[in-house]
Amino acid sequence: MFNRLSAAFAAICLVTPVAFAADASPTDPQIAHIAYTAGVIDIEAAKLALEKSKNKQVVAFANDMLRDHEAVNQQALALVKKLKVVPEDNSTSQSLSAAATKERKKLATLKGSDFDKAYVDNEVAYHKQVNGALETLLIPSAKNGELKDLLETGLKLFQGHEQHAKHVAATLK
Amino acid sequence: MMKSILGTALACAIFSVECLSARAATVEITIHNLAFGSGTANAAVGDRIVWSNKDVMDHTATLDGAFDIRIPAGGTGMLLVTKAGQIRYYCRYHPNMVGTIEVDAR
Repeated sequence: MFNRLSAAFAAICLVTPVAFAADASPTDPQIAHIAYTAGVIDIEAAKLALEKSKNKQVVAFANDMLRDHEAVNQQALALVKKLKVVPEDNSTSQSLSAAATKERKKLATLKGSDFDKAYVDNEVAYHKQVNGALETLLIPSAKNGELKDLLETGLKLFQGHEQHAKHVAATLK
Repeated sequence: MMKSILGTALACAIFSVECLSARAATVEITIHNLAFGSGTANAAVGDRIVWSNKDVMDHTATLDGAFDIRIPAGGTGMLLVTKAGQIRYYCRYHPNMVGTIEVDAR
């Protein structure tokens, strides 16, 4: 099991420098924290894109990310409240946030089509990374059925985002 | 004479509208987990399509140049079908979500 997870995460690491901690299965409070953090990161990236981009497709995509990730995060907050679970900070959430801050700083220096391309390319890589983690680690590790359901809905949604981002990326070339 | 023709025409128009609305049905399509129902929906001209969104995120039912209906999370959206044929629509927010409605003539 450990080897399989390690291999999955090694593959993810090739795409972006961030790795989800593969040392042990996360607990439900940790999973809730990771999922919420991953959503916040994409919301922040979308807000930056809305500030900087003039490209109609990029702006529409960023609006979609903002709307969907806010909706899922609201649902996640309602669920943890209902389940009386306190999301627990952990090394995976921390490394995700650190990498996202670095990426946002890089994006903030770019302008025009350079920004658009870098933002959308990062959205493709980021969703791929998060989807990989949902499939191989977060969903299999979740104990609570409702949390698992929400993660599965999230996976379906984010797979759609990944395809959408790839489509937008193709139009920017 | 003119008055009576107009009166007859009006009566016929009201009759046909009433006839059509009496026969028209509501076709419900449930959106769940980013899918427009299961498979193709069947309707007839004059029917109302009502999408019911069970997802936590908003969707649209969109056919470029024809309609663009916003279906909020937990809410509904409505379309009156006015001509026969196949409608292949998608969600503008999630373009990989597609749906089909077969509309028969009455």
